[in-house]
Amino acid sequence: MWSWVGHRITGVVIFVFLLVHVLDTSLVRVSPEAYTAVIGAYKNPIMGLGEAALVAAIVFHAFNGLRIIAIDFWKKGPKYQRQMLWTVLIAWVVVMIPFLIRHLTIVFSNFFGGH
Amino acid sequence: MIASPRSNSAQSPQYKRNKASHSSFEMFAWLFMRLSGVVLIVLIFGHLFVNLLVGEGIHAIDFGFVAGKWSSPFWQVWDLAMLWLAMLHGTNGVRTIINDYAERNGTRMTLKTVLYVAAGVIIVLGTLVIFTFDPCPAGAVIDLPSFCPVP
Repeated sequence: MWSWVGHRITGVVIFVFLLVHVLDTSLVRVSPEAYTAVIGAYKNPIMGLGEAALVAAIVFHAFNGLRIIAIDFWKKGPKYQRQMLWTVLIAWVVVMIPFLIRHLTIVFSNFFGGH
Repeated sequence: MIASPRSNSAQSPQYKRNKASHSSFEMFAWLFMRLSGVVLIVLIFGHLFVNLLVGEGIHAIDFGFVAGKWSSPFWQVWDLAMLWLAMLHGTNGVRTIINDYAERNGTRMTLKTVLYVAAGVIIVLGTLVIFTFDPCPAGAVIDLPSFCPVP
């Protein structure tokens, strides 16, 4: 039940970001200066944390989506849905740890060290 | 436990489904969510890996980075597929949520109209940007990819 709520909330969050992300990318059609200025706003540490949260939402939505497909199409899916939810959460942690180390290192080292 | 949508309301004491239609649209939409979902995992995980984790990560992203990617048909097709599938997947997901929680017919109609217009504008805009993009615009002075002629 909570995985269903989580799937909906992460889905809406990702969709809203997608609308904004197409708009900001569209600035490449305005001028290189406009695009680079706006994309620069994504590079400060606060936005870096926001990106981490967004990726966390995407990875959960992706893995839980695979679980939904398994529940729908695999004969034993409904029986093992709870075990699969734990698998989703473990896989989410396993993917997020290296991602966070890599991404936050990039975001924070460049911010404090300059370049 | 979480109450199911529109299950506890004065206006709709019980969830009233519309009469069964003879259209198979809902079945198609259900299947599309699963198929597009699998493809989107590949497209978006690849997108995040290349744009955030390789090289300098997000700090490498500027106009020249985008121009370098879209000078290759491979990334044009990749991003086009990602745009269309993600927008259709997301629009259908939000459509489902509106149908679940908006109780009045008029409210549902209004919200879905706004959703479809916004989705249409974004899909058309994104598609045009990918295909009309000029990696070496005249008059630009910064961040041009290295293959542009020196002004």
